[in-house]
Amino acid sequence: MNNKKKKNMLPALAMAGPVSVWMILFVTIPMLYIIYISFMSRGVFGDVVYKFSTESYKTILDPTYFKVILKSLKAAAITTILCLLLGYPLAYIIAHKPKDTAAKLITLIMIPFWTNSLMRLNSWLLLFQTSGPINNFLVGTGIVKEPITFIYTDGLVLIGLITNMLPFAVLPLYSTIEKLDKSLIEASADLGASAATTFMRVTLPITFPGIFSAIILVFIPSLGIYTVTDMLGGGKILYIGNIIKNQFGAIRNWPLGAALSVLLIVITMLLIFIYTRFAKIEDMEVV
Amino acid sequence: MSKIAKKRKRLNIISNVYAFLVYALLYIPVAVMMVFSFNDQKYNYYWNGFTTQWYAKLFTNSTLVDSLIYSLIIAVLSTLISVFIGTIGALGLKRYEFKMKKFIDNMLYIPIIVPEIVLAVALLIIFLKVGVSMGMGTILIGHCTFCIPYAIVTIKGRISGDNETLEEASMDLGANRVQTLLRVTLPNIFPGVMSAAFLSFTMSFDDVVMSNMLAGAKQSTLPVLILSMNKTGVTPDVNALATIMVLIIVAAMILNNIIQGALHKRVK
Amino acid sequence: MNNPIISLEGVEKRFGSNLVVKKMNLEIAEGEFLTLLGPSGCGKTTTLRMIAGFEEASAGVIKVEGERIEDKEPFQRNVNTVFQNYALFPHMTVFNNVAYGLTIKKVPKPEIQERVMEMLRLVQLEGFEKRKPDELSGGQKQRVAIARALVNRPKVLLLDEPLGALDLKLRKQMQIELKRLQKKLGITFIYVTHDQEEALTMSDRIAVMHDGVLEQLDVPMEIYEHPKTKFVAGFIGESNIFDGKVTDKKDNVLTVQTEAGMMQVCGADFEVGEEMHVAIRPEYMDVSKTPVEGFDLPGTVKDFIYQGTVVKTALDIKNGQEIKYSRFEQDTDIAEGNQVYVYWRPEKAVAIKKSM
Repeated sequence: MNNKKKKNMLPALAMAGPVSVWMILFVTIPMLYIIYISFMSRGVFGDVVYKFSTESYKTILDPTYFKVILKSLKAAAITTILCLLLGYPLAYIIAHKPKDTAAKLITLIMIPFWTNSLMRLNSWLLLFQTSGPINNFLVGTGIVKEPITFIYTDGLVLIGLITNMLPFAVLPLYSTIEKLDKSLIEASADLGASAATTFMRVTLPITFPGIFSAIILVFIPSLGIYTVTDMLGGGKILYIGNIIKNQFGAIRNWPLGAALSVLLIVITMLLIFIYTRFAKIEDMEVV
Repeated sequence: MSKIAKKRKRLNIISNVYAFLVYALLYIPVAVMMVFSFNDQKYNYYWNGFTTQWYAKLFTNSTLVDSLIYSLIIAVLSTLISVFIGTIGALGLKRYEFKMKKFIDNMLYIPIIVPEIVLAVALLIIFLKVGVSMGMGTILIGHCTFCIPYAIVTIKGRISGDNETLEEASMDLGANRVQTLLRVTLPNIFPGVMSAAFLSFTMSFDDVVMSNMLAGAKQSTLPVLILSMNKTGVTPDVNALATIMVLIIVAAMILNNIIQGALHKRVK
Repeated sequence: MNNPIISLEGVEKRFGSNLVVKKMNLEIAEGEFLTLLGPSGCGKTTTLRMIAGFEEASAGVIKVEGERIEDKEPFQRNVNTVFQNYALFPHMTVFNNVAYGLTIKKVPKPEIQERVMEMLRLVQLEGFEKRKPDELSGGQKQRVAIARALVNRPKVLLLDEPLGALDLKLRKQMQIELKRLQKKLGITFIYVTHDQEEALTMSDRIAVMHDGVLEQLDVPMEIYEHPKTKFVAGFIGESNIFDGKVTDKKDNVLTVQTEAGMMQVCGADFEVGEEMHVAIRPEYMDVSKTPVEGFDLPGTVKDFIYQGTVVKTALDIKNGQEIKYSRFEQDTDIAEGNQVYVYWRPEKAVAIKKSM
């Protein structure tokens, strides 16, 4: 009996073993360690003193840091909302094209992502430079008298975030909308609902899981990213990602960096929890 | 044409215009990047005239070439490792039940869902604590850590229900587990493995966060190099390189489609 | 027909270069149960969808209660549809599904409550209000779909192969229930199916369609006993069909020469020398050990096929064709390989005009 059991376990171990070991070594342990570090204190020279303290968490609530966190949350939220508003119609349009056209259109969305994302961000910088094409056009046609400072503003960062994140909204939305049974739309029309009513009462509720996936895939990365603020913010704009990075660079406050990381993890887990509980199709109450 | 048909046509035109505008938004940075590869200026600030010198001078910029090769090596290694671990992992996880399975399944989602900076920082402090010196090895580990879960998700999606039936048929006809794996399972999930490889390669090659945080003092990957150039201005030869790269990938895609199409016709 | 509730005049439907429905003229009477019957691809579903508004006619006029409806969207027409896959809204309860049409029309809540419950009682689904579609069986989903359509009191109900996904016993039960429901409510039903038994059971009239053409529109008995085209003869019930030429005509009894041999059939509007078809159903055929007057149709017994209610005997005949005749019990004095002579009463066969 024992021998047989061993035999059965061998293929499982051989196949799932490497990935399990990798995950535990390079995900589980580091994540646990970072939670641990977040509760440690910082020494005078920026080293980690292994004494329990909730100081880093208190620092987060400090107005200066808290303001940054709120700013990041706001930027991520706006990015998510705009990606949804822009992405849903696009996903809808693609989903209603013939299958091979739709496949080509989806590939077309991905192609910009095969160019280096930093180069694309750099392009926005070049476009919106004080002496760049957009300002030249505005001043040249007389719309404004002097060039507008677009660069290193939250607005430009927002554009960078949206263009980076849009495909992550479109893909899950497309996937859900595409699965929508066409006969449900026909049934709704058959029963007297106009196109707008059908959208509100049938399409939107049924595609809600896709919308929630899109929210998760856009909001969370937008929170943690620092390359966009680096490239387009010129060091003037700092979001959570930048602050965390800095704690492990020149500033050397590991516990604080760890605490902020834990904050990001908590926000992420919260969203996931809400998703697993509520993203099933809701019932629409009539009476 | 009836009123309804006219309405439908109007809606169609509006939809197509909208889609075009959104695609334009996504492609403008790509176009600008390509245009500025022809800019006659040392560091890209504004348009200063047309030149093709950067394409010729590309490989004389040793910093650039070194980063390119460094990124390529890491990307290839990441892909090989991630696809290997990911393929057998996906098969093992899909088919077998074992005590820690649920835990590992959940662990796999962490690198996908949690922002990369958190992962990078966590690995950084562990590496520093253990005393590992930063360099290609640490970057490689970082890349694989997020590539493996994506690979597994991609391949898992391709392991259809009837894969198990095929394996049973194979063993019924006398093949042992290894033979079944090589002759039946792998060919069956091959498209998924290829997608995973492509995904891993692009993610690794493009990666900034891990490559930045876990880098050694000496060599940067290409994206990290670009990040550092942003302050002073990116030299147009980088644009040229990026342009060439995307054109190669698009060409490869088109070629792949043509081959697939031709194969299909052959089968018919 | 006076005041047909639905009329199609010269209706055509083209998909690309494919003419799927060809110049269709059809009038449907109020309160009738009309079935569009035909094999897949014959255009019956397309015709139904044109009436519902999900397809636009390429040519011709469709009128509901005398009014042209081409410019009306599906939600502006007073017809309701029962879909083949039920199309129940997965995110709504049974109650909300059935109430949907009334909710859209902003019917006051107490009235919605009353009418929905009445409908659920009618389809015997009382108590199922709070269930979701994925908790229902096929037959239950079907009844919800019917209730959802009927609660709106439409003048016309369109049904697109509604019983296709149900198993045989349930299907036969639902056929009877649907027919009773229709008679009780007096609503016009337009029913699409490829199952000719179903059509024969339920319909007041059947429109047999083939390749986009309406081949015959008649009451079930006429369709069965007097098919007017070769296709209808072959599609409805089972028939043996022969192509031949009239060689003699006496008192409206035609003698027809075919490749299989000589046979007789009754046919008033056929002339000598005319090319036509003869159709004879297995149950009306007979065999004899000796040649029969007026017929020259020898055959060799191939095998016997037991089908429960009848036994079919297959015969190979002169031109290599295989024909079958049926009995309630197997003929005991014939064996495989025997030579027999086939005949029938001329009035039991059907003479059919030659198809183009």
